Amino acid sequence: MRPFSYVSAPDVATALRAVADDPGAKFLGGGTNLVDLMRAGIEQPDTVVDITSLPLAEIGERPDGGVRIGALVRNSRLAAHPLIRARYPVLSQAVLAGASAQLRNMATVGGNLLQRTRCPYFYDRTAACNKREPGSGCGAIGGFNRGHAVLGVSGACIAAHPSDMCVALAALDAVVEVESVRGVRRVPMASFHRPPGETPHVETDLSPDELVTAVELPPSPTAANSRYRKVRDRASYAFALVSVAAALEVRDGTVTGVGLALGGVATTPWRARRAEHALLGAPATEESFRRAAEAELAPATGLPGNAFKIEMARRAVTATLRRLLTEGSPA
Amino acid sequence: MTSTPTAPTRTPSPVETGTGRSVGRPLDRVDGTAKTTGAARYAAEHPHPGLAHAALVHAAVTRGRITGIDAAGAEAVPGVLAVITHENAPAMKPPPPVSVLNLSSLASGSSVNYLNTDEVHWNGQPVAVVVAETPEAARHAAGLVRVSYRELPATVDFAAEEGNAVPQKSSALQSGGARKGDAEAALAAAPVSVDLRFTTPPYHHNAIEPHATTAVWDGDRLTVHEGTQNITWLRDHLALRFGVPVRNVRVVAPYVGGAFGGKTMVWAGTVLTVLAARVTGRPVRMALTREGVYRTVGGRTPSAQRVALGARADGTLTALIHTSVTQTGRTGGLPEQATSQSRHLYAAENILLRQNLVELDAVPNTPMRAPGESIGTFALESAVDELACALGLDPIELRMRNEPERNPVDGKRFAHRMLREAYALGAERFGWSGRTPEPGSMRDGGWLVGLGVASAYHPSWQMPANVTVRLSADGSVVVRCGFHEMGMGGATAQAQIAADALGVPFEAVRVEYGDSDLPSGPGAGGSAQTASVAASLLAACEKLKGSLLALARRSGGSPLRGRRPGDLEARDGGLWAGPAGPGETYAAILARAGRDSAEAAVGSDTRVGKVTGQLRFMSKLLRDRRRWVKAACGAHFCEVRVDPDTGEVRVSRWLGVFDVGRVVNAKMVASQLRGGIVMGIGMALSEETLVDPRNGRIMNPGLADYHVPVHADVPPIDVHCLDVPDPTMPLGLLGVGEVSVTGVAAAIANAVRHATGRRVRDLPVTPDKLL
Ligand SMILES: Cc1cc2nc3c(=O)[nH]c(=O)nc-3n(C[C@H](O)[C@H](O)[C@H](O)COP(=O)(O)OP(=O)(O)OC[C@H]3O[C@@H](n4cnc5c(N)ncnc54)[C@H](O)[C@@H]3O)c2cc1C
Ligand code: SF4
Repeated sequence: MRPFSYVSAPDVATALRAVADDPGAKFLGGGTNLVDLMRAGIEQPDTVVDITSLPLAEIGERPDGGVRIGALVRNSRLAAHPLIRARYPVLSQAVLAGASAQLRNMATVGGNLLQRTRCPYFYDRTAACNKREPGSGCGAIGGFNRGHAVLGVSGACIAAHPSDMCVALAALDAVVEVESVRGVRRVPMASFHRPPGETPHVETDLSPDELVTAVELPPSPTAANSRYRKVRDRASYAFALVSVAAALEVRDGTVTGVGLALGGVATTPWRARRAEHALLGAPATEESFRRAAEAELAPATGLPGNAFKIEMARRAVTATLRRLLTEGSPA
Repeated sequence: MTSTPTAPTRTPSPVETGTGRSVGRPLDRVDGTAKTTGAARYAAEHPHPGLAHAALVHAAVTRGRITGIDAAGAEAVPGVLAVITHENAPAMKPPPPVSVLNLSSLASGSSVNYLNTDEVHWNGQPVAVVVAETPEAARHAAGLVRVSYRELPATVDFAAEEGNAVPQKSSALQSGGARKGDAEAALAAAPVSVDLRFTTPPYHHNAIEPHATTAVWDGDRLTVHEGTQNITWLRDHLALRFGVPVRNVRVVAPYVGGAFGGKTMVWAGTVLTVLAARVTGRPVRMALTREGVYRTVGGRTPSAQRVALGARADGTLTALIHTSVTQTGRTGGLPEQATSQSRHLYAAENILLRQNLVELDAVPNTPMRAPGESIGTFALESAVDELACALGLDPIELRMRNEPERNPVDGKRFAHRMLREAYALGAERFGWSGRTPEPGSMRDGGWLVGLGVASAYHPSWQMPANVTVRLSADGSVVVRCGFHEMGMGGATAQAQIAADALGVPFEAVRVEYGDSDLPSGPGAGGSAQTASVAASLLAACEKLKGSLLALARRSGGSPLRGRRPGDLEARDGGLWAGPAGPGETYAAILARAGRDSAEAAVGSDTRVGKVTGQLRFMSKLLRDRRRWVKAACGAHFCEVRVDPDTGEVRVSRWLGVFDVGRVVNAKMVASQLRGGIVMGIGMALSEETLVDPRNGRIMNPGLADYHVPVHADVPPIDVHCLDVPDPTMPLGLLGVGEVSVTGVAAAIANAVRHATGRRVRDLPVTPDKLL
C-alpha cells in the first residue's frame, strides 16, 4: 500500500474542505472497499479523510412519511431498524443479503453506494482494464465474465455493479443527498450510477469532492409488500449472480403498484422500468410476471460466460413476484 | 468382510485389544487451550530481535526471460534493506533430482532455482524479494520493482491441451494404469451401459494459515520456523540448497494452521526467506498474502475423465473403463492418480484404467487432500449412479451386487473391507428406504429434494518414524518424535496410545513433536502419520517395558523376578503378572535400581540409520503391497434441496459411515471426517480456481472470489465409524485424514440427479448448470 496521510474530519465543513483542496484525497467510510483497493494498489489516495465521526448516522422519519438515512449509518443498523423493516422490508433484506456480519458492521450507506466493481481484471494490475486504466482494453470480455453484466454493457466494459443495497434503493425510488463546498443537491437513484459507455472509469454522477450525506426514501404503500431475492453460488457471503428487489401491490387480482430492480446482471443498479410498465394494470398472474421479466431482459446481451444470467434473471423475477403475491413480505 | 490375516502369536497388550483406558476415549486435544486462547505461536508469530520482513515480486508474464529489473523506486522506499533479484542474489544449489532412495529429494515444489535464473516458468513465479524493516514497507516496495521481459510462447490451456496428453508412469508410491480382459469389447457387448465424460476444475487448499517462514542464521547454522507438513524434507532440502550440513539446520513447526497437502513440498517463499536472511544478515520473516500463496504454491490439478460401465441386466458389471487426463507443471508437480479407487471398488469382469498427463507452463500442482481419489471418485461414483438409473436399480443395491471378494484388478486379498457394513448401517440411520427413486418425486415446499450416496475410498499407508520414549521415576512419560500437528490432534492421539501401552494415565504422558531436533517423524501425508508414529511408539514402549523388566529381574527383591515379558500386563503405572498377580510400579523398579529414568528408542537418526531405515521401509512397503490391499473406506449419504427456479443447490443433511479401522479418539476422528466432508461440499458446489486460458494467470486468488463453503452451506453432519481394527496395520489404524473427502462430490451430484433428473458432470455444480 502506498503511504498516505490520514485526517479525521470532526464536521462536514472540514471534510468538504479537505477534499476540495486536495484532488488526491478520498473519503473513508467503513473502509471495507477502499482499504482493500488501496492494498491492491488500485486506489492510491494521497490523503484519506475519515468521515466516520461526522454526525450523519441517524435514521429518521420525514414529515411526508418517508425516511431519511444518514450516509454514515452502518449497514447492520440500517437492516435492523424498525422503520426500515416495517416500511421497506426489501431494503432490510437486501442489506442482510450482502457481505458478512462483520463487514456489515463496518460498512456505511455512503460507502455501499460508492463501492466499486468486483471484476477480477479490475483488481489485477497486470490485466487490461478500461475502468482502471482507460484505453487499456477489457480483460473480462474475452476472459472470465461469469459474474459480469448482461444489461447496460458497452464494448468498453461489462462490469456488474456489486451492491445489494443499491438494488433495493433503486426499486424504492430513493434520492441521494450530496454536499460539496458548492452546496447541497439531490440525485435520484436512477441517475446516480452511470452505465460504462466509453468512459467506464466514470461510475457515478458525483464529483470527487462531493460527499454523500443522506439517502431519502419517499413514502410508498407498495414498499410494505416487498422482498429481495439473491441468487448466488453459496448460501451466504457471495456476490449476486442475479438479484431481484420487488415491491408489489395487487387489488382485485390486478397489479396496482410495482417497484422492481435487478442486481448482478447490470452495470448499474438496474431499475426494471420495462417490466414495471408491463405489470402495471395487468392481472397478477404467473403469465404476466413471466412476460414482464421477458420484456425487461429483451435487450440483454450475454457472453459465453454469463449468458445464463438472462434466463436466470427471468426466472428469478417471476419467482420473486409469485412469492410476493402468495406469501407477501418475509416475516 | 473377506479373509482374515493370521493374528500375531504373542499375547496382545491392552492397547492392541482396545481394552486400555485411554485409546478410544473422546478426550479433548492437549493443545486446545493454547490454540483457542492464542498462546500457540505459528510460524509468523515468533518474535526475534532485529527481525526484518520480506515480500515477493511476482512475474507478470507467463513464460519468458527477464531482460531488466529496475529496483530504484523500491530501494528508495524508507526502511528497505535489500531488493534481491537474479542479478544480485548469491548462488544456491539447484533442487536435487528425484530419487526413491532419498525420499527428501521429493521435497522441492518446483525445479526452478528462484532468483538464480532469468527464466520465468509461470505467471506469478517470484522474480525478486524485497526485505524491509516492516512488512508494509516491503510490500509497498515490492509493488514498485519494475521488471521487463522477453516473452516466450506458453502452453497454459488445460482443455486445449487435453488431446496432447501422454501416458503417466507409475511408481512404487503411485498406482498407474491397469488392464484386465478386454473392457472396450465388453462395454460394446453389454446390454446396459453408460459412457460419460467428467471434468473437475483446479482447486486450492486454502489452509487458514497462509504460508509463512521465519528464518534466522547464526553463522552457518539456520533455524526456520515454518508451518510444514514435512520437517525432515524441509530440513534436508534447505541444507542442500544452502550448502550447510543437515545438522546445522533446525526446523521448528509445533503448530501448523492447516495444510491439506499444500505445505508438504518446499515452495519459493520458504527458500527465499532463508536467502533473504542470508543476504541481509538479519532474521527475516515472510508471511505470504493469500494471493502470494495462490501464485507460488501449487493446488490440485484439473482433470478430464472418462468412465464407461457395462453391465448385465441384473447389474453385474462386465466392463469398467476409467481414464484420466491431469496436469503437471513444466517444472514439477506430482502426477495425480485419478483412477486409483477404480482398481479396488468394483468386481468388474473387464477393467481398463489409464492415466494421462499434460505438462503446462503453470505453477506445479501438488497433493491436495486425497490426491487422485477425491476427483477420481467423483467420476466413478457418478457413473455408477447413472448406471443404476439406467438399470432401474437402487444405487446401493447395484454397489452391493458388485462388491468384490478380492481386489478386482489383480486378485490380491483385502486386509480388511467393510463397505457392505457401512452401507447397511448408513441406509438404516439415514432412512434410505424412504427415498422414492423417481427423479423429482420428493419435494419440500418449493424445493426439490434429492438423496444420493457414494463410496469413499482411500489407501492406507505406513511410513518410517523414529521415536523415543522416556519414563521417569515420578511416573511421567515423554514421547519424542518430529511429527506434525496441523489440527488433527496427533499429540493427543499418541499420548493416548503411549498411556495404554505403558499402563499409565493419559495425563502422565507428554508428547514432543514438530521440531527437527527430535527423532525424525514421518511426513504428514497419505493419512499415514498416526499409524506410522503409533507403530514405532508401540515398539518403543515394548522395548522400554523389556528393559524395565530386565532391571527388575537383575535387582534382588523384585516380585517380577523370574517373570517373562509375555506373562506381564502394563497397568497402574507398572508391570503385573495378570489381573491379580504380583508386580510392581515402574517407580519402584527405577528406585530399586537407583535410576531416575529409563528410555527406549526405535529407529536411528544417524546417517547409516536413516539409509537403512529407508531401505527397510521401501522393502517392507513393496512386500506388503504385494500381499495386501489396505484402505479406509466409507459410505456417504446426503440430502440436497434444489430451487427449481434458480438451480441453487443446498445440502440439507449428511451422514458418513466410515471404516477407518480402530478409532483412537472419537472426538478428533469425527472432526477430521467432518472437515473432509465440508471440503468435499466446497469441491462439489462452489470451489474453483479460475485460470485464465489466455495466459495461465489465476484470476481469483483470494477467499472473496474462491468460494470455500461458509457455515450456511454446511448442514449438520453425522459421522459414524465402524471402529473395527485392521489386522495388518499398527493398532489397526487405517488413517482418517483423507478418506472422507472422497466420494462427497459424487454423493452430491447423485442427489442432484435424483432431485432434478439432471446429471451434472462438470464440477462445481453451480446454479447455471441446472437452469
Ligand atoms: C469480502 C467482501 C464481500 C462483500 N460482499 C458484498 C455483497 O455480497 N453485497 C454487497 O452489496 N456488498 C458486498 N461487499 C461490499 C460492501 O458492501 C462494501 O465494501 C461496503 O458497503 C462499503 O462501505 P464502506 O463504508 O466500508 O466504504 P469505504 O470502503 O469506506 O468506501 C468505499 C468508497 O466510497 C467512498 N465513500 C465512502 N463514504 C462516502 C460518502 N459518504 N460520500 C462520498 N464518498 C464516500 C470512499 O471514498 C470509497 O471510494 C463485500 C465486501 C467484501 C470485502
Ligand atoms: S469489465 Fe470493466 S472492470 Fe472488468 S476488465 Fe473490463 S473494463 Fe475492466
